[in-house]
Amino acid sequence: MGELVVDKHVKYILSVEKRKDSFESVVLEHLRMNGAYWGLTTLDLLGKLGALDSNEVIQWIMKCQHESGGFAGNIGHDPHLLYTLSAVQVLALFDKLNVLDADKVANYISGLQNEDGSFSGDEWGEVDTRFSYLAICCLSILHRLDKMNVEKAVNYIASCKNVDGGFGCTPGGESHAGQIFCCVGALAITGSLHHVDKDLLGWWLCERQVKSGGLNGRPEKLPDVCYSWWVLSSLIMIDRVHWIDKDKLVKFILNCQDTENGGISDRPEDAVDVFHTYFGVAGLSLLEYPGLKAIDPAHALPVDVVNRIFFQK
Amino acid sequence: MDAEEHKLPLSQNPEWADVTPIPQDDGPNPVVPIAYKPEFIETMDYFRAVYKANEFSLRALQLTHQAILLNPGNYTVWHFRRLILDALGIDLNEELEFMSGISENNPKNYQIWHHRRWIAEKLGTDVASKELDFTKRMLFLDAKNYHAWSYRQWVLQTLGGWENELNYCHQLLEEDVFNNSAWNQRYFVVTGSPLLGGLEAMRESEVKYTVEAILHSPENESPWRYLRGLYKNDPKSWISDPQVSSVCLKVLSAKANHVFALSTLLDLLSHGFQANQEFKDAVDSLRPSNSDPPDSDLAKAICSILRHVDPMRVNYWTWRKNKLPLSV
Repeated sequence: MGELVVDKHVKYILSVEKRKDSFESVVLEHLRMNGAYWGLTTLDLLGKLGALDSNEVIQWIMKCQHESGGFAGNIGHDPHLLYTLSAVQVLALFDKLNVLDADKVANYISGLQNEDGSFSGDEWGEVDTRFSYLAICCLSILHRLDKMNVEKAVNYIASCKNVDGGFGCTPGGESHAGQIFCCVGALAITGSLHHVDKDLLGWWLCERQVKSGGLNGRPEKLPDVCYSWWVLSSLIMIDRVHWIDKDKLVKFILNCQDTENGGISDRPEDAVDVFHTYFGVAGLSLLEYPGLKAIDPAHALPVDVVNRIFFQK
Repeated sequence: MDAEEHKLPLSQNPEWADVTPIPQDDGPNPVVPIAYKPEFIETMDYFRAVYKANEFSLRALQLTHQAILLNPGNYTVWHFRRLILDALGIDLNEELEFMSGISENNPKNYQIWHHRRWIAEKLGTDVASKELDFTKRMLFLDAKNYHAWSYRQWVLQTLGGWENELNYCHQLLEEDVFNNSAWNQRYFVVTGSPLLGGLEAMRESEVKYTVEAILHSPENESPWRYLRGLYKNDPKSWISDPQVSSVCLKVLSAKANHVFALSTLLDLLSHGFQANQEFKDAVDSLRPSNSDPPDSDLAKAICSILRHVDPMRVNYWTWRKNKLPLSV
């Protein structure tokens, strides 16, 4: 079996290429906050977060915060739940949540909850269960879940449950592993997993494993390393992870590495990116690959960070 | 809107002489540094200037057009474009045309789908069939595009147009019976269309439809799940529908691609289905020759076979077997 080329991945993340003609570089500017979360969490899982100057990062993060309390994807952009969670998560990695006015952030988030319990991503009103997860996870880290109507939020998520046991983006939406992670994560954090038919969903999730050992996100789709996170963390949260073939999945993820230049791609032989590098390493952590820090499946942060958030003080 | 003007750098364009561009503030030693093309740099520098100045003008609108073409994922540009569209009272039908032009190259871009929804909501039911046509075109390019399906469901529920939806699902399934999204949409229509009678009224014809699809490709996960879904809260009807048990028997007797047939039969038995000798014989003939002594209990026998023919999920099938009640 191949190995996880830790040093190469660290090098890859620390020096995401500065090639001016890279299309990828042009399109990532507005979501740098997400990129920071993926890159830095991966470094932490690999035990290499100390390689960075946290003060510079924190300064930049705070420049991305708006009057409303929400965070943008980068300086000069508008706030959105997507980047608000990533900002809070990165601050948590550095144990610097205390730089935040938690009430201010919490007000921004709770202001995005709709009458039916769902959440909009920002003032423009897009609704998706992804946003329910972002809001719940973020408020949980800030110890301010009481700022939202948890019951309504949970009921909305439950209304997105399908007959196959899975969850979609909105009621009636097709079950999709990414949406399932968001819904299960949100229900786990709010202590509402009784809404999940764990046996039925567990079976749907383990059916995502295909011959190559990789996981797909829906029936009859191709496997992708990012599902190593979404399917796996969902299975762990509902105590059914032993229903997949772990060894085969580890092999699949390792085969998605660029062992020369570092980084992980969606499937073997494709181009790497920070997004898939994070999900591959996080997936391996969930699979207890040796040498990696443990990661909390619900908050998507290293376990020691989560312990610090909830069990200190 | 003339897209030719962007050939002339903005810094040399007299129409923009009154604007001072604002450079990107990445801070010192950016955390996740990103490299940029010169054209992109200039467009975004000028965008920042008009954005900061809250300039709701036609030239600013055109600038957002350019910025979008360069990077359609930049949500702040979309945000500002909406403010301008509102402020200037631009004809949103034209905006829909613009959207259709960039959608094919960006089929999974959240901002584009959301912007389109924002427009369609304002234009109302008048654009229902136009929007259904649009998603049809996008689904023609990728019949499983999650964004397109989510949008289509929203159009149906908000603007209407259910008349041909069941037929559309059928068309897609004719093209690819493995399309899980089309099966999901079928369920959405059968349970939610105001023009049909609801799940129970549609059940018999839907079961017939699904059985045909199963017999065509028994290894197809979707129709098996769809079949189960048709009996959502009614396990009694589930186990007593002869169409359901007989499709299991047919597939098992054919001896190929029978994993879902076995698991469905297992599910039926768990809900109280009484299997006759035909079922027992069919299952018996599927036992691997070198297996352990045969289980007397049919459900247990099925679990044993599944452990063997679906080894990836051996732990799941073992758990199922252990969960079965002790044989009477």
